[in-house]
Amino acid sequence: MTDMPPKAEPQSSNRWRRFAEWDERPLRYDLFAAENPEAGFSVFRSPYDPAPSLSVEGGRVTVMDGKAEADFDILDAFIAAHHIDPAMAETAMAMDPGEIARMLVDINVPRQELEALARGLTPARLAEVVGRLSALEIAFAYSKMRQRQTPGNQAHVTNAKDDPLQLAADAAVAVALGFDEIETTMRVSSNSWANALACTVGAAVGRGGVLFQCSIEEAEELQIGLAGLASYAETVSVYGTERAFIDGDDTPWSKALLTAAYASRGIKARCTSGAAAELLMGFHEQRSLLYLEARCLCLQRAMGVQGTQNGGIDGAPLTASMAGGVRELMAENLIAVWLGLECASGNDCRTSESEIRVGAKITPYLLAGSDLICSGFGSIKKYDNSFNPSLFNGEEIEDYLLLQRDFQTDGGLTPVEEDQVLGLRVRAVEALAAVMDELGLGTVPRARMMSVVFASGSEETQSYSAGEVTPISAAIKARGITALDVVRALARRGYTEEAENLLLMLRQRISGDYLQTSALVRDGRVLSAINDPNDYRGPGTGYRMPEPRWQAVQGIRNVLTRERVLAAENVVAEAVGEADWLVPAGVAAKGSDPHEVVIGVSPAFARQLHQTTAGHALSDVVAALVGGIEAGGGTARVVRMMHTADTSFLGLAAARLSGSGFGIGIQAKGTTVLHQADRMPHMNLELFSNAPLTGLEHYRALGRNAARHTFGEAPEPVMVPTHGEALGARFHVRVALLYAIETGLIDLTVHPIELNYRPARPATEAAQ
Amino acid sequence: MSAKPLSDLDLYPVAEKAPERVTTPTGKPLSALTLEAVLAGEVGNEDIAITPEALILQANIARAAGRATLAANFERAADLVRVPQDLILDTYELLRPGRAENVQQLLDRAALLRRDYGAERVAALIEEAAAVYARRGLFVKRY
Repeated sequence: MTDMPPKAEPQSSNRWRRFAEWDERPLRYDLFAAENPEAGFSVFRSPYDPAPSLSVEGGRVTVMDGKAEADFDILDAFIAAHHIDPAMAETAMAMDPGEIARMLVDINVPRQELEALARGLTPARLAEVVGRLSALEIAFAYSKMRQRQTPGNQAHVTNAKDDPLQLAADAAVAVALGFDEIETTMRVSSNSWANALACTVGAAVGRGGVLFQCSIEEAEELQIGLAGLASYAETVSVYGTERAFIDGDDTPWSKALLTAAYASRGIKARCTSGAAAELLMGFHEQRSLLYLEARCLCLQRAMGVQGTQNGGIDGAPLTASMAGGVRELMAENLIAVWLGLECASGNDCRTSESEIRVGAKITPYLLAGSDLICSGFGSIKKYDNSFNPSLFNGEEIEDYLLLQRDFQTDGGLTPVEEDQVLGLRVRAVEALAAVMDELGLGTVPRARMMSVVFASGSEETQSYSAGEVTPISAAIKARGITALDVVRALARRGYTEEAENLLLMLRQRISGDYLQTSALVRDGRVLSAINDPNDYRGPGTGYRMPEPRWQAVQGIRNVLTRERVLAAENVVAEAVGEADWLVPAGVAAKGSDPHEVVIGVSPAFARQLHQTTAGHALSDVVAALVGGIEAGGGTARVVRMMHTADTSFLGLAAARLSGSGFGIGIQAKGTTVLHQADRMPHMNLELFSNAPLTGLEHYRALGRNAARHTFGEAPEPVMVPTHGEALGARFHVRVALLYAIETGLIDLTVHPIELNYRPARPATEAAQ
Repeated sequence: MSAKPLSDLDLYPVAEKAPERVTTPTGKPLSALTLEAVLAGEVGNEDIAITPEALILQANIARAAGRATLAANFERAADLVRVPQDLILDTYELLRPGRAENVQQLLDRAALLRRDYGAERVAALIEEAAAVYARRGLFVKRY
């Protein structure tokens, strides 16, 4: 075509242009930080980290990680008092850290044994041990040490307008996608009650048992939970240094009280921590990210919370900016499960603008499984996420579903169908409108409901604005509306199934079963580390997708079956009919015309298969080849091969029948070769291997080249330009199914068949 | 870890394995919480809550599963069930840095919770905090 550079880059620029291209990629938005322990930028180990140590006297910790009891800060004091098990301390701390690291990846050492050891290890030792593992070993140890056997996932459901109708519809979709937990938050904090009510109703549509939380200031969150409009809490944040903790306006004791308060109201709770939080808050004490997070996690176990959301969280992008940072995020998740904590393993923050880094970030978690793979997968669009974009978002849900299918792994999500989703969205907005009407919170215009049902995000809706929601939220709070009121309103308006689903969650509150470690509710039953413990001990143990679940994971859109491909190609595999423009005329003989070019077509060519993968009718393709041969001064003859469907042998056989010794082989899918009789089979003259890109002009040019070869010329080969398309991904399913039709017709005993070419139009005209 | 023939672990999930061991705060069994009962006004907001007994049961299960600190948390929670919401939130506020002005304020709160609600384990937690706050200077007003 042209040899111009893609861009008018000045030739004088003393730079390889590839760098300019790299500069344009989304990756270049990411920032990368240098190691600098003094500034708090160290990942696994800082020179300012203490050496692991522990002294216990009379059942009391007197020295921990190099610090005497009198100097313990608030974290040390709490960890020493409540995390360290004096009965285990001496044995565990005396062990070689390398030996403990090997035990973590040893399938013969049970999880429980390692958890008991962890109760005698200090934060610095825990960090040291996991620091000895490679990323692969960390992922493997995580798969062995994580608490609940069956993996799960959590969704963010929020929108930029705090629109309750959209929250209800999106919550229902999240439930259908299989999320076990839904977390919402607000653009305007005074809208929390309306958000909670909307998500509660939406989460009851389609399936019961989804845990729901509304992320807001602690006291408000507890009130919402008490009203039954939330079933778990995740905002119990802890930090790895004393000054960060105090700056966060809490202490280990205030958080421990809050944790107990949630349990006293029958509400599941988990803490939040993660690498780089202290760095962002400016109180890092020059310690490594992992050491500070190990302190956070020991503290959480000490407080008696059942689980954590860690793995960077808000600090994940900063952690990922450092060398080894993503490995650190995995390592801190490993410490969490090693300590026996439920782990909602981060992956809830967009750590990169590079889709490749995003896909790579999630993969170890998909392979290892996790209690909640994302502590907030953005089930809505990026711009609607009031937490900030997640690692994966509404835009990329199908990519995630494919990763599950690719690796045959359970990421907690299930494909949904268009009709199913639309029905759920209608049901959710109608149910919420009915509840609002029944509870005297307002009458919802039909037009608002419909604008939400079809909208992908809030930019497309004509519904509630954040300001309109505030008085509704205030009314819910002021009137003391509870989940039981919602149950009654649903039932009175005929939403019996939704009422039952919501009541199921309220009933769970009385037994407290979902307060245990790693609990979620599936099909009305609580699954936790108690009754579904991870028992991985090597191949054949641990979690394997049950067959029905694997079938569901495979149910993505647009899966091609043989029937679908053949129908789309208008192919009836069994029906063998001859085209009226290529009429068999007996066994083909060798020609004598010195300028003859034989076109050898494949067994199914213009019989079962009638177009190339580029979509060109085979009649047009033959017309182009014949037209090109004639334009080049040659004579064309068409022969059908039945003994082979391979391009090279089609070409070679054609060349051997040709009076000139030059022949063209072509398969029905359009792959074409120019061959010469005395060549080795795979040493052809020209080849069009990328049939999906090959146009009629290329076939015509190839025909002309073939003819010019008969005159002893060496014409410039025809180039079919490619732009790097993933042709295998785009075409090979079809190609494999279509080519099988060709090979199915092969009969080694049948000689090449002469075909009379009878074009509808003269070849030269058709090929113009 | 426990090899007892009848472990507390066998009671879990309580709603399935031992529903008779838990009731609502007003003494209703789990089976009474039906949609019909809700619509008939027989089940009220006061029924949708966990009891201290259920939390102690879950604490025993957690301990049997080798999760002693989780069990201790459930026991503190059992202490708090009957403590009014406002008092819990006020105590939480008091435990935040710089809210209490001296050790005595925390000790008084611990005494109150112990005396009025029998919240022994929560009181002990607050007393432990008081000692550490004094040593670390957390009684300084922050704003």
